Amino acid sequence: MKALFCLLLAGAVACASASTQPTTSTTPARDSAKSDVGLGATSVPNADPFPSTYVPFPSRTTVIRNVNILTAAGPLIRNGAILMQNGKVAAVGASVNAPADAVVIDGNGKYVTPGIIDDHSHLGVYAAPGGNALSDGNEATSPTTPQVWAEHSVWPQDPQFPRNLAGGVTTLQVLPGSANLIGGRSVVLKVVPARTVQGMKFPGAKYGLKMACGENPKRVYGNRGGPSTRMGNVAGYRAAWIRAVDYRKKWDKWNADHKGDPPSRDLGLETLAEVLRGNMLVHNHCYRADEMAQMIDIAHEFGYKIRSFHHGVEAYKIADLLAKEGIGASIWADWGSFKMEAMDAVKANMALVDHAGARVIVHSDDPSGSQRLNQEAAKAMAAGAEIGLPVSEETAIKWLTINPAWALGLDDKIGSLETGKNADVILWTGDPFSVYSKPEKVWIDGALMYDRTDPTEQWRTDFELGFVPFNRN
Amino acid sequence: MISYRNRLIAFIAATFVIAAGAGAQSVAIVGGKVYPVSGAPIENGTVVITNGRITAVGTNVPIPAGAQRIDATGKIVTPGFVNSSTQLGVGDIGFGGPPVDVSARGKDNVAAAFTIWEGLDPNSVLLAPARKDGITSFVIIPTGGLISGQAALVDLVPGTTTDMIVRAPAAMVAEIGDAQQGGLGSRGELIVKLREILEDARYFQTHRDAFDRAQTRPFAASRLDLEALLPVIEGKLPLMLTVNRESDIDAAMRLAREFNVKLVIGGGAEGWMMADKIAAARIPVLTGAMNNIPADFSSLGQRQENAGLLRKAGVQVALIGNAGGGDEETFNVRNLKQEAGNAVSYGMTWDDALRAVTLAPAEIFGVADRVGSLQPGREGNVVVWSGDPFEFTSRVEHVFVRGREYNEKTRQDLLVERYRNLPGTHNQPPQ
Repeated sequence: MKALFCLLLAGAVACASASTQPTTSTTPARDSAKSDVGLGATSVPNADPFPSTYVPFPSRTTVIRNVNILTAAGPLIRNGAILMQNGKVAAVGASVNAPADAVVIDGNGKYVTPGIIDDHSHLGVYAAPGGNALSDGNEATSPTTPQVWAEHSVWPQDPQFPRNLAGGVTTLQVLPGSANLIGGRSVVLKVVPARTVQGMKFPGAKYGLKMACGENPKRVYGNRGGPSTRMGNVAGYRAAWIRAVDYRKKWDKWNADHKGDPPSRDLGLETLAEVLRGNMLVHNHCYRADEMAQMIDIAHEFGYKIRSFHHGVEAYKIADLLAKEGIGASIWADWGSFKMEAMDAVKANMALVDHAGARVIVHSDDPSGSQRLNQEAAKAMAAGAEIGLPVSEETAIKWLTINPAWALGLDDKIGSLETGKNADVILWTGDPFSVYSKPEKVWIDGALMYDRTDPTEQWRTDFELGFVPFNRN
Repeated sequence: MISYRNRLIAFIAATFVIAAGAGAQSVAIVGGKVYPVSGAPIENGTVVITNGRITAVGTNVPIPAGAQRIDATGKIVTPGFVNSSTQLGVGDIGFGGPPVDVSARGKDNVAAAFTIWEGLDPNSVLLAPARKDGITSFVIIPTGGLISGQAALVDLVPGTTTDMIVRAPAAMVAEIGDAQQGGLGSRGELIVKLREILEDARYFQTHRDAFDRAQTRPFAASRLDLEALLPVIEGKLPLMLTVNRESDIDAAMRLAREFNVKLVIGGGAEGWMMADKIAAARIPVLTGAMNNIPADFSSLGQRQENAGLLRKAGVQVALIGNAGGGDEETFNVRNLKQEAGNAVSYGMTWDDALRAVTLAPAEIFGVADRVGSLQPGREGNVVVWSGDPFEFTSRVEHVFVRGREYNEKTRQDLLVERYRNLPGTHNQPPQ
């Protein structure tokens, strides 16, 4: 079997690292119900306890000419050009005006796309070389653990990060595992070398909340006090949201009037209240169509939104519902059958969901698959063609870029090559949907972060020094 | 929704193919670019299959009267692909479904007598999707313990397990490098244990009468396990050792030399680090081309170039899913072509990659006289591709196994038909 982190291997029990120390922050409380609080911020009582310290790497003004550009925002531009300046896409089109000092790259008929975004990763929390010591993705000590934050488990020296970058992934969402009904907060990272996770955090990105349906929670907790059934799962979600509604009410009231002592803090309920306020995005691991429909009803009951269903092998059965509700489908091209709830997987899932008007996101949940999400999309395109639902390259590139950017609430910054957006760019050796193509160069915020042709432009984590006996190509 | 009329047309077409297959003893695939693998590619070639076997391959070969003609103009014709590391048909669902019949309990982690094919279900719903994507033979390998058991190579034909088997056993499978899985304390102890078992098998071979009279010392393995190991120490059955670290590969090679065992390396993540030595010892390697993660301390040197570098050094390489070593495939046995494409992308020649999914595994498992190439006398396992078999845009247009064409709907096809137009239909489609 593949290393399916969502499956929670026996014994893979992570340790909690969420701080329980009293906070002495003086950040003023804000009523986030009516304002768009700072992105990535917790509204109460302290805004952003682990702020991003990311700064873009040094960049040079760069123009790539004579290149085919899939912008994810329009038709393929053949033999076009793109200009990256000050970390942003400064111009893109049939031709661009570049300053005299710009680095000029002849694309020579190759392809340029936006950086790939994987909205389902466990890099850093299930770091290589694996084993119990690095198994930090599932706080499998209670079925409801909204108090844990994935970033507190991320090891920035995970050698899987540079491999992802070499596969063209420029942004990823690292999620807690799926052992729990409510697994904790995700974190959105730039795939860049840093000494700390704060140095990788995407500035301004909202947090996500990981929830999980179905077989995993009941398998993990069936003999440990429950839930042991799907109905037990649903009772668990609802009980948590009932507490969260109550908590939010108390805090919103106090934030408004500041009367008396503030209510006592609860890390988990604080996270759930942020979801209810619309400041966090729900990423719900859910395979079966019928369960997705129930999770939608639960979201309606408590007034939150599900941003994307992850794994959704049966998304094609309710693609109309997903379209109506505006919920993304973060799915695989062709995984299935590794458990009962995955047995109805079909290769045409993505094509069918796209055809029904819902948002398709190619996700990985796998450190190997994440490096080749372009190939996953290509397989799904072929499956669509086979059933008479052809998918254009212009559409498929969206599955890899702007759609996951939307799932992370970052589609105003990344995910397409449009003037003013972050210059997260891949130059491919050929058509990105060919099995023979690979990223040749990858830029993040306009800085060249990976060059297949130049070993000095290839990131090595601390772990790799000495341990890994070759220069990866 | 697919209209009733279209369904009817599809039904009639399907009927025609089956009827034609049943009526004609011969099939002639004409006009395609033929890759026999055993020889040079043939432009505008013809492949003739008669009574289940290939009877002619070439440019100017006579086509038997009444042969069903398949026009392969502009297409690619290859032998059916052989996926040599699968657990297809021995458990359709990983967790929570019917039992997965891939490991034996054995005695002290030794299960040499375990014959995994007894658990093969010819009615598995995952067989048809693999065949539909060009896989015509596959190896099922047991996993777990120190000596996991015996692998079998089978054809993707309907019928019974007996009908499917091409060779069983095709290899004895064992793991070294993970002492814990073998129930032992260290690598060294694991080798000691394997050596003890092989020595006992040798002794058993020449002292069976004494054994039956209970006049031998106690053996490290049961009678059945020792018996199963006899063809291994006689050099008739390959011993496939799943091993990744360079030092473990070296240890496996020493052991094989000591007992004159025909060794096959499975996984071989760090094989590229000693490719010349593996080539000189003429030891074949089953490895993938889509894994570059130092996923454990035994495969720190894992890289996608491994397959290409081994081949370049002269090693017989068969490509398997995701670098082996516990990644035996079930659902995605069909993705072997993606593995081959990636192997090319990371340095293997295209011809070698095709060989690595056809003739190479057939040779490694001793069935090259039956499958893996397009030559007269071989089974009619032939695939017609719309283009480069490794490219995602290419489709399998025809797949023949033992001369019969298959194009039945898979369970996945039926699900797509049902939900293609929502809310979907829950009745049987018209027959």
